[in-house]
Amino acid sequence: MAYSEKVLDHYYNPRNVGSFDRADPLVGTGVVGAPECGDVMKLQIRINEHTGLIEDAKFKTFGCGSAIASSSLATEWLKGKSIDEAMDIRNTSIVEELCLPPVKVHCSVLAEDAIKAAIKDYQTKNLGSAAVAETLTVGV
Amino acid sequence: MSASLKLPIFMDNNSTTRCDPRVVEAMLPFFTENYGNAASRNHSFGWVAEEAVENAREQVGRLIGASGKEIIFTSGATESNNLAIKGVASMYRKKGNHIITTVIEHKAVLDPCKRLERDGFEVTYLPVDKYGQVAPEQVAQAITEKTILVSVMAANNEIGTLQPLAAIGAICKARGVLFHTDAVQAVGKVPVDVEAMGIDLLSLTAHKLYGPKGLGALYVRRKNPRVRLDALMDGGGHERGMRSGTLAVPSIVGLGAACELAGKLRESETQRLLSLRKRLHDGITAELGDVGVNGHPTDRLPGNLNLSFAFVEGEAMMMGIRDVAVSSGSACTSASLEPSYVLRAIGVGDELAHSSIRFGLGRFTTETEIDFVIRQVITAVNHLREMSPLYEMHKQGIDLSTVAWAAH
Repeated sequence: MAYSEKVLDHYYNPRNVGSFDRADPLVGTGVVGAPECGDVMKLQIRINEHTGLIEDAKFKTFGCGSAIASSSLATEWLKGKSIDEAMDIRNTSIVEELCLPPVKVHCSVLAEDAIKAAIKDYQTKNLGSAAVAETLTVGV
Repeated sequence: MSASLKLPIFMDNNSTTRCDPRVVEAMLPFFTENYGNAASRNHSFGWVAEEAVENAREQVGRLIGASGKEIIFTSGATESNNLAIKGVASMYRKKGNHIITTVIEHKAVLDPCKRLERDGFEVTYLPVDKYGQVAPEQVAQAITEKTILVSVMAANNEIGTLQPLAAIGAICKARGVLFHTDAVQAVGKVPVDVEAMGIDLLSLTAHKLYGPKGLGALYVRRKNPRVRLDALMDGGGHERGMRSGTLAVPSIVGLGAACELAGKLRESETQRLLSLRKRLHDGITAELGDVGVNGHPTDRLPGNLNLSFAFVEGEAMMMGIRDVAVSSGSACTSASLEPSYVLRAIGVGDELAHSSIRFGLGRFTTETEIDFVIRQVITAVNHLREMSPLYEMHKQGIDLSTVAWAAH
């Protein structure tokens, strides 16, 4: 199977690889997939406490080139977006942007799931700002 | 890097091999000059073709300790396996309906067995140990009065593990059961002798031993016992009635030449491949941790090295070493989107199956290529581990097997 130029570019020059402190209340972490399925994506967002916008995003992915590209692209798209805008990112846009073949559509689904999981994590942590300090314990 | 390095590098010799130029040379006159039909009995074109075919038959037989008369030419090992298994099943049906094979056979053995199951046969699929070997005692225990055939591959295509053929052959002989082996990967690479190993039927193919694609052979024992087969196709009654169809003379000549070369070169080639394989393994593991060998440490094909690179997915790995042609047990690289059933059978967890890469070294692999591949692999694995959440967790001391994953 031939990879699209964009997949290759994200694979060789992945954007925003890395990790934030999961315990940071301004950080939302989503981990989706499972090693035995061949894909695990960890996607993190950091929210600017004044603007409420996503100021930074990072990822780490175990998976094929298309999975790496999907999560790399997702982090690029997330930066500067509001939570609501981020919730609107659809896997189909990722498929289109990266020209993913049908057999790789699940990689884009996983990226969408990771975005949603990260947002949910952030929202759960910040249910009532007073609770923020108490919600620092994080499992993997 | 030496100037002799040509990219891309082919390191997938368990999938197929380059046709040896000496083989091609032997074939060429049979396309344009000696193009007769080997079945034409009444003119010189036919005689020349027939003589070439008979010569090739002897060359093939000699490599496996058989007589040329026992060699049936086919279109490849898939056909040879189908002919052996279905041909025996149909011919010996009155005697019994039970067949024994293993879980790590090639699909060209497993699928004919499955079809026979739909047709009322019973098939026992023997498990293998962590190295991929079947225990001869298991074969002995599985044989019943209804057993007509045991089919065990000589060497596995993914992990290279060799089976104890001689011990299995002896059991089959003692119990009066026919013994077939799919020896596609083994012939010309390790010693195979149908007499010493008690083999009654043996499948091989030309393209795995530096010959042309589209040509295989089936060894069918002629005495002690004389094996009979029902043909799969009806037609002109070629090949002792077992395989009708005009003989592919150029390819048959190619297989013969390939077998003769393999016989001459095998011992020196084995030494060279073992040394190259060690260089590859040592070079990689000197710089990378968490790399495991899949398959048997010593009872394996000299050119096969199957490694699992923990925390890295196989297809991504292949992208990282794009100048090197290899294979992976990862689901993403298979049509079925399932990880390798062979690696599963030897107890390699699915996550490590996804992380496996098969390096297939061959006659044309050079030391320069090995050194290049080592560098490429190390760079790719480091690049991917840097990106891998699993590697990050591993470094934090988290036991990945205890994590509750959100499987999808």
